[in-house]
Amino acid sequence: MQKLGKQTIKFDTPPTILETACIAGPKEADGPLAKYFDQCLEDEMWGEKSWEKAESKIVKETVNTLISKSSIPSEKIEYCFAGDLLNQCISSSFGLRELNVPFYGIFGACSTFVEGLQLASVFVEGGINYAICSASSHFCSSERQFRFPLELGNQRPPTSQWTVTAAGAAMLSKSGPGPYITHITTGKIVDMGIKDANNMGAAMAPAAFDTLMTHFSDTGRKPTYYDAILTGDLGFIGRDILIDLAQTAGYNIKSVYNDCGVLIFDKSTQDTHSGGSRMWMLCKCFFRLSF
Amino acid sequence: MNSPIDTKKDYQEYVNQKSPNSPIWKNCLNAFWVGGLICSIGQIIFSFCMYRGLDETASSTVVSILLIALSAFLTGLNIFNKIGKIAGAGSLIPITGFANSIVAPAMEYKSEGYVMGVGAKMFTVAGPVLVYGISTAIVVGLVYLIFNTQAVLV
Repeated sequence: MQKLGKQTIKFDTPPTILETACIAGPKEADGPLAKYFDQCLEDEMWGEKSWEKAESKIVKETVNTLISKSSIPSEKIEYCFAGDLLNQCISSSFGLRELNVPFYGIFGACSTFVEGLQLASVFVEGGINYAICSASSHFCSSERQFRFPLELGNQRPPTSQWTVTAAGAAMLSKSGPGPYITHITTGKIVDMGIKDANNMGAAMAPAAFDTLMTHFSDTGRKPTYYDAILTGDLGFIGRDILIDLAQTAGYNIKSVYNDCGVLIFDKSTQDTHSGGSRMWMLCKCFFRLSF
Repeated sequence: MNSPIDTKKDYQEYVNQKSPNSPIWKNCLNAFWVGGLICSIGQIIFSFCMYRGLDETASSTVVSILLIALSAFLTGLNIFNKIGKIAGAGSLIPITGFANSIVAPAMEYKSEGYVMGVGAKMFTVAGPVLVYGISTAIVVGLVYLIFNTQAVLV
C-alpha cells in the first residue's frame, strides 16, 4: 500500500470485488435498473411490523444472497462493514446479528457504501481474506427519521430527492479475477454553506468535485482514462453542477460521468423530482471503475 | 471563466440560478380551487345546519367537527397526502390540514407503542402551531385587556 499525493492510496495487491448482491423495493423495481437486482420486493413492509424491521430484513437477506452467490461460507468471512441511515445503524446491526462476523458499524450517510469499501480494501490489503461491505436505506424509515410522517399532506420542492428502498452488499477478497479496487481517494468535508435541506445535490456537489479533482491530480490521470465515473446520489441538479464545476477546472467529464441517483429512477414517470438518494447502487455500478 | 465555488455567496447564487423553482402559478391555482372547495363544503354544511334550525355557534361547531373527521378519515385511507401534494396550502391551511398534521404522526408512530409512540409523537408537526398560536392568543388577549377598558368592566 502506498500513498499517492494528498488523499489517495494505491494498493499493491488490489482487492477484488468477488460478488455483489442487491435487493430493492417496489418503486426501484419499476425503474430502469430493475433487471440488475437479485430480488425485487412487492411491498415496502415485506411482512414485517415496521419499516425499520423491513429494512433490517432487507439487509439480512441481501447479505445471505451475497454469501450464497459467492459460495464463501460465512465462517470464512473475517470482517463486515455495514451502515445505514437510522439511529445507531439499527438496520445493519439487527440485520447482521446472526451473521457472527466481527462488525464495523459505519455511518457516512450518502457515502456509507463507498466508505465501507474503502475501509474493507485497506483491511484486505492488510492481509485478511474475505470482507463484506453492505449499506441500506428505506424510503419510509428515512422519511420518518429525517422528514415528516408519510401521511402528512405536504409538497416536495422540485430539488428534493427520493430515498431509495434497497440494500446492496459486496464481498471483497484478497485474490480473484477482478474487478479490482486499485486506488481509493477519500474525500474531505466541503461545506459551501447550502442551507436548503431539500437541495442535497447542490450541498454535496462541491465535495464530489473536490474529491474528483484531488483524485485526478494525485493519480495524474484524466477523465478519458475511465470507462465510467459515477457519483452516488447527487441527483439531476447535483450532476449538472458537478459537470459545470469540472468544466471550469478544465476537465470535460460529461461523456463518462453519470450519477446513480439519476439512473435509478425514471424522472418522467416516477415523480421522484431530482432523482434518487443514497450510494448503495454503487455496488452494481462500481465494476469498471478503479476510483 | 470564474469558478462558481470561489466563495459561498457565489455558489449560493449559482445554485439558485441552477435549481428549478416550484411551479408557483400552478401551485397557487391548485391551492385556490381546492382551498375554495373545502371552504364551500364547510359553507354548505353550515347553511344546512342553519336551515335545520341550529344557531350560528352550533352550526360552526358542526362544520369544524365534520371537516376534521373527514380529513382524519381521508388521512387514514392514505388519500389526504395525495390531495395535499396537489393542493399544498389549499388543503393545509383550513382546519383539514391541522387534523391531518395530528393524525399523520399518530399513524406513523403507532409502531413505537401507544405511550412513547402515538402519545409522545402525535404533536410533533402540530406542536409548533399550538405553542405559538396559543402564545400569540395570550399576548393579543393581554393587549386587548389593557387597551380596552370596556373588557375589564364587563
